[in-house]
Amino acid sequence: MPAMNMIQALNSALDVMLARDPNVLIFGEDVGYFGGVFRVTDGLQKKHGLTRCFDTPIGEAGIVGAAIGMGAYGLRPVVEIQFADYIYPAYDQLVSEAARLRYRSAGDFTVPMTVRTPYGGGIFGGQTHSQSPEALFTHVAGLKTVVPSTPYDAKGLLIAAIEDDDPVIFLEPKRIYNGPFNGHHDQPVQPWNKHPASDVPEGHYTVPLGKANVVREGSAITILSYGTMVHVALASAEEAGIDAEVIDLRTLLPLDLETVVASVEKTGRCVILQEATLTSGFGAELAALVQEHCFYHLEAPIERVAGWDTPYPHAFEWDYFPGPRRVIEAMRRAMEA
Amino acid sequence: MRKNRVPLSLRIPAPSTRPGDAPDFSGMVVPKAGTVERPPIDVSPRAIADISYSLIRVMDDDGKAVGPWDPKLDAALLIRGLKAMILTRAYDDRMYRAQRQGKTSFYMKCTGEEAVAVAQTLAIERDDMCFTSYRQQGVLITREYPIVQMMNQVYSNAADPLKGRQLPIMYSSKDFGFFSISGNLGTQFPQAVGWAMASAYKGDDRIAISWVGDGTTAEGDFHHALNFASVYRAPVILNVVNNQWAISSFAGIAGAGESTFASRATGYGLPGLRVDGNDFLAVYAATQWAAERARSNHGATLIELFTYRAEGHSTSDDPSRYRPADEAKAWPLGDPIERLKKHLIARGDWSEELHQTAVKDAAEQVRAANAEASAIGTLGEGQGPDRGTMFDDVFKEMPPHLRRQRQQVGV
Ligand SMILES: Cc1ncc(C[n+]2csc(CCOP(=O)(O)OP(=O)(O)O)c2C)c(N)n1
Ligand SMILES: [Mg+2]
Repeated sequence: MPAMNMIQALNSALDVMLARDPNVLIFGEDVGYFGGVFRVTDGLQKKHGLTRCFDTPIGEAGIVGAAIGMGAYGLRPVVEIQFADYIYPAYDQLVSEAARLRYRSAGDFTVPMTVRTPYGGGIFGGQTHSQSPEALFTHVAGLKTVVPSTPYDAKGLLIAAIEDDDPVIFLEPKRIYNGPFNGHHDQPVQPWNKHPASDVPEGHYTVPLGKANVVREGSAITILSYGTMVHVALASAEEAGIDAEVIDLRTLLPLDLETVVASVEKTGRCVILQEATLTSGFGAELAALVQEHCFYHLEAPIERVAGWDTPYPHAFEWDYFPGPRRVIEAMRRAMEA
Repeated sequence: MRKNRVPLSLRIPAPSTRPGDAPDFSGMVVPKAGTVERPPIDVSPRAIADISYSLIRVMDDDGKAVGPWDPKLDAALLIRGLKAMILTRAYDDRMYRAQRQGKTSFYMKCTGEEAVAVAQTLAIERDDMCFTSYRQQGVLITREYPIVQMMNQVYSNAADPLKGRQLPIMYSSKDFGFFSISGNLGTQFPQAVGWAMASAYKGDDRIAISWVGDGTTAEGDFHHALNFASVYRAPVILNVVNNQWAISSFAGIAGAGESTFASRATGYGLPGLRVDGNDFLAVYAATQWAAERARSNHGATLIELFTYRAEGHSTSDDPSRYRPADEAKAWPLGDPIERLKKHLIARGDWSEELHQTAVKDAAEQVRAANAEASAIGTLGEGQGPDRGTMFDDVFKEMPPHLRRQRQQVGV
């Protein structure tokens, strides 16, 4: 199997789906001839034709609104929002329309749409190329929210998202497009081809939505994470020398609660990681669920490690990013409690 | 398929040339300089709808100013404008290199578009408020904002007036009538209208001016701005800088193939002027017309500045991947600095020697400022902004949860 980085794996997923299903089409800002600012759609227009992968005007509300209309007709649009930070003009179309169309029409109209968007920090992108808005989608009834953390998962989850009959927000952690960045910004990042999950089959396969992955087994403490933070969690567990179980949620909604509960019941301790601002983040939902389902197994308060509640500050990237130092401190607090 | 009907087909616009092709501007209609009428400032927008499909140009091929839009400016003002454009270009070149040297994370040049910000800034008053996109650094330079301060911002160093919080080039200075730049496209357009409405509400005499790119006209905010400006007759100048490209997307993706950007004004009941954006005199004249109209309570004007983005979108971009490599050189409307220089020389107010001196002076000014800024610090090197300020200004008073978080950082 060829070694792929996450960009190539996503590209391969789109390529496979364009070839397999004539109802799949891709559009977004700069995704056509150029192949996207992160190159995820590179070569797809040339290979599959102008109407299968094309550029749009710079209007996110228009992109998502048009995708909803196409989805209602029976197509499976896969749209790109160039950065998650630019999804807000489309928020009304997502929240009031895509999320509710099935419900409000009693199943008469549906939106089998996938919205791909790069998100997250660690690239010195300042406040408008760094945000993690996942909780703005998980809070909405009717949207699925997916976050891959490896090339293998990225391809399998993206195909599953495209084949899903409901709208899916597919958040791509751009800091790990090219390698599993673990939060040590002062150390070089290994390229993906050194990582087993870069073994990506060329053809069709899926990683089911709603299934978490236990990426490191352990008995002392459970770390819940997704996206870039999965790799921060793994590095932190190694460095702390703590027998941590690291769970990659992969899909935030629907959530694989079973895997989470089984792990926390085993370890009795839980640290939750998110890059997003702390307050009302997805970590808060996780903490509530763990408390509801595992209260009598908990031996320590649940810890959250998150971005600070400020806009993402350009010069303070590494004070802001919840890196291994803060994760290890939280693990120790949970272990000592 | 029903009988007697053709199958529908989906049209996707594409430019006529791509990398490897020779540049081709043969389809571009360039009216002769001086041929567009200059209507009175209180004209009804409908009566001048055709101007939005034409092109206001003042300088002819010999560099002479012709026709009714000639603003008849004195040499001192033109030389000031020329020097500001030269300085803008020198500043851009230096900062672009600084990014390549790793002194900052990101940079964006306005090369080839300098006349837009510079001439327009000179055509309005010092206390009019500018709501720019990221490509009007010429506004600050024309208003003589210290270049070293701009560099401090780009370097996110200890002297950065924005305390390291913003991406490079996202300047802000109330004192210089320069509204805080956003990375989110188009948001400034309705804000400028609101600022102008406030000035009208207060019975003040200030106006607002804002800029978006051709690509950004596709955002809803562009349309909200035009509609509000029209409904409330807001004293605002709304500009579309049509530099033909939006990252890799040619202007046809924003709708330029169907109509002009200036013509968007007509449907909203606003005058739409379409101007040769590399003709300093034409840009000045159109802006002056719009400013007079706004100040006389006749409301807003939409101006399309027809120009060309001569370089990459930003330091993250390589335009040779999506357009012919030498397209910039083939741009039929030339370079704004070269054209104003030619005009001034033709008038007898400038010379090749004076020009060379001005270019050298600008380079020296930029060099000295860069030495000063770099000595303080560049991104991640030397003196950075105070980490303790990271939690300031989220709110006026820091709420308890931010105090707790600041304590956790230990600052
Ligand atoms: C809401 C939003 N969507 C997308 C982007 C990403 N983006 C930044 S600049 C740009 C192109 C803008 O082109 P144009 O408006 O023509 O301005 P120019 O860069 O040519 O000056 C895009 C798509 C953004 N910054 N904000
Ligand atoms: Mg443009």
